[in-house]
Amino acid sequence: MSIRGFAPTRRQTLALGAGGLIAGLIGPQGRARAASDTLTIAYNVNLPSFDPTVGPSAVNPTIQAIYRSVFDQFIGQKPNLAFEPGVLTAWGWNDDKTKIWMDVRPGVTWHDGTPFTPEDIVWSLQRAGKKETGNPIQFVWVGIDNFQVDGNRITADMKQFDPTIFKWMAFLTGYVLPKAYYEKVGADGFEKKPIGTGPYMVDSYQGNAFLRLKANPKYWGGKPAFDTVVFKFVTDATSRVAEIESGSSDLTLEIPYEEYDRLKAKKGLAGVATPISDIGMIFINNEGKLDKNVRLAANYAIDKQAIVQRLLRGYGVPIDTLEAPEYEAYDPTIKIGFQPDKAAKLMQEAGYSPQKPFKTTLQTTRGFKPKDYEMIQAIVGMWRKVGIEADIEVYEIAKHFELRTSHKLAPLAFYNWGNAIGDPSTSTGHAMFGPSPHSSWKSDDLDKMIGPLWGEKDEAKRIAGYKAVDRYIAENGYVIPLLQYVQPIVFKDDLKVTPNISGAMQPTLVSKKS
Amino acid sequence: MLASSLIKRAVMAAVTLFGVAVIVFLLLRVAPGDPIAMMIGPGASAEDIASLRAHYGLDQPFLTQFVIWLAGILHGDLGTSISLHRNVVELLRERLPATLELAIVACAVAVILGGSVAILGTWLRGRGEGAIDAANGIMLAVPDFVWALAFVLVLGVFWQAFPLSGRIDPSIDPHFTTGFYLFESIFTGRFDLTRDILAHMAMPALALALPLAAIIIRILKDALSEAMLQDYVLLARVKGMSELRLIAGEALRNAVGPTLALTGVQFTFLIGGTVIVERIFAYPGIGSMAIDAVINRDLPLIQGLVLVFGALFILINLAIDVAVAALNPRLRHG
Repeated sequence: MSIRGFAPTRRQTLALGAGGLIAGLIGPQGRARAASDTLTIAYNVNLPSFDPTVGPSAVNPTIQAIYRSVFDQFIGQKPNLAFEPGVLTAWGWNDDKTKIWMDVRPGVTWHDGTPFTPEDIVWSLQRAGKKETGNPIQFVWVGIDNFQVDGNRITADMKQFDPTIFKWMAFLTGYVLPKAYYEKVGADGFEKKPIGTGPYMVDSYQGNAFLRLKANPKYWGGKPAFDTVVFKFVTDATSRVAEIESGSSDLTLEIPYEEYDRLKAKKGLAGVATPISDIGMIFINNEGKLDKNVRLAANYAIDKQAIVQRLLRGYGVPIDTLEAPEYEAYDPTIKIGFQPDKAAKLMQEAGYSPQKPFKTTLQTTRGFKPKDYEMIQAIVGMWRKVGIEADIEVYEIAKHFELRTSHKLAPLAFYNWGNAIGDPSTSTGHAMFGPSPHSSWKSDDLDKMIGPLWGEKDEAKRIAGYKAVDRYIAENGYVIPLLQYVQPIVFKDDLKVTPNISGAMQPTLVSKKS
Repeated sequence: MLASSLIKRAVMAAVTLFGVAVIVFLLLRVAPGDPIAMMIGPGASAEDIASLRAHYGLDQPFLTQFVIWLAGILHGDLGTSISLHRNVVELLRERLPATLELAIVACAVAVILGGSVAILGTWLRGRGEGAIDAANGIMLAVPDFVWALAFVLVLGVFWQAFPLSGRIDPSIDPHFTTGFYLFESIFTGRFDLTRDILAHMAMPALALALPLAAIIIRILKDALSEAMLQDYVLLARVKGMSELRLIAGEALRNAVGPTLALTGVQFTFLIGGTVIVERIFAYPGIGSMAIDAVINRDLPLIQGLVLVFGALFILINLAIDVAVAALNPRLRHG
């Protein structure tokens, strides 16, 4: 074939073809802003599984934003952690607090168009309570028994009073799944094609790459702001920065604070940084031979404000107990403060000084939380000045969990603790109660204080009880609370983003600016 | 001779794979990190933890677990992933094609780039050779993941030439029947998809290709320089053949053998390199899945992945040995 005398050889044709392909590839890739009815989020975690009630992803706080997009929790939760009606419109206890009742919202449908019924709620709660399903929170749900359905009202017996049962219905694994559909398709079928009652329906999913959702037009809470939401699973922070900076994504989160400051100042981008229900702390092991003076000195010697300002660029809130300001049992009158002189004096009383230091080990993660290792280095430097010499031992998060559940953490161990429902039992309670597999400090005096609070029926008394526990812990230095983390979110400036204190960046909290 | 050698190599490969299986199983059981401790919620009792451990079959003695796992392998069953709740074989079948395609494209880029530069370097001889050697040194010294990050910034953010993440645009529903998106799109003539897939693959493939291309340049250029001193090249030159034709047409034929053998071996390392590169580009292959599996201490999935990586290494090396033997008469006839 020839065009006006040009008769390419086979090699020339191949070369032209290759050239054309390369030119096509490196041409502009359509960096134009995504269609306004599509929200693309560069998300920081992958979605391993669609079942929100089973396996490690069920207890991963970050993944809850995706689960909450597809499924409904039994009870809803506002971005300020307050609870609100969801598929349950009302709930409560009977007078002697032996039974619970729940009113089910009428007119709700599953994504496949079938009606949502009280039986779905009952089945979901019963399934969550069965050991064989592998629900990691099964021990909470197993306490509900003998369900009765009367119209839209469900009643059930509580095997023992649990003051947090309704809060758990808005927390980990507290999701409603479709009874009939799940029984029809089984676990594998559900993983392949999950349905819920949530604001978005699963449209396309590629593990480790993206999840595409489309708006549920029949959502009981009203049609969502975006027709399509794409979660890109970009687990590398540098790549997430690149996603938002290049315009490939509309929103991203959990990026280094330096990048947050830089990006939010750029034209076309905006940012919001909000304290969330996640705190940094140092566990103290009661078998670590730290006497009271040393424990208190370790607390007083840390300048938390300096750490927040210098290492975290101001993005953090120093805390003195395991309760963040948004939690129910937060008591602003409990203060530890930075008192280096007092710390040095306490160390002297314990027989130690910078010349004759108390030697111990401090375990930490490195890169798991923002500046975690650097923060621990700074703390070790502060401690050295008052006579505490700590060797830093870096561990992986999996190792931390293993050591914690087997009560083999080092005398001091850094970790973070999330509590998206803000109840003191899920912060101070489980972190400090001796029989809990999550506690590192185990002592009878503390257990005697916390123990009765698990079943306390008077809510005001329960919260006051936890405040007293927090004060007692601070006075005895049983733990070293450090700071409340701040979640940075960067987004295109034509969007409006409502930050969620639970840290779950749900697409329903994003809207277009009018 | 070739057949008996092949049988011997196949038996050795099976033994090696069994060894890999034993080692990975034992290492994972003694390595720190407990998958159950990672997932228990606040308030779990010792009984709750034991119950979950039993649910995932981790309460059995090591030997029993190993025998169950081995019996499963013999039946083509690698167990169920703890974190993904899916059959491991099914997951590998879904993800492996993505990694293989990426590795093949990266290898092709490395061969084309490395081969071209080696020929150019030989042709220039002294004139621009220093620059090529310097560039080659940089390509060799910088690891693939650093290239990846550099491409993210330069080609992804500043130039915005290629998509930053994924394997295909999320708005596309490709409806492929195999996991080999690139090859399937070409064979079915869906070139709009081919373009999108190649665009997504460009940066990770280039990041993986550059270090391998540098090795190819070094080996091939040395081999070409040596070949250019041979009598048959001198004779061709006397006959008036152009220098470029001499290199590409005559010397290359004799120089390419050892380079191809080395490229084959390096290909296995390139597959290993996909682990980090896939992570950076959110590319959904077995590499990024491997990182998640390790973070979650997903023992069945890690075991399956290591076995697949092991099998790939063995198969590729076996294929290289066969190819080299087939091409070399001295080896072919013992």
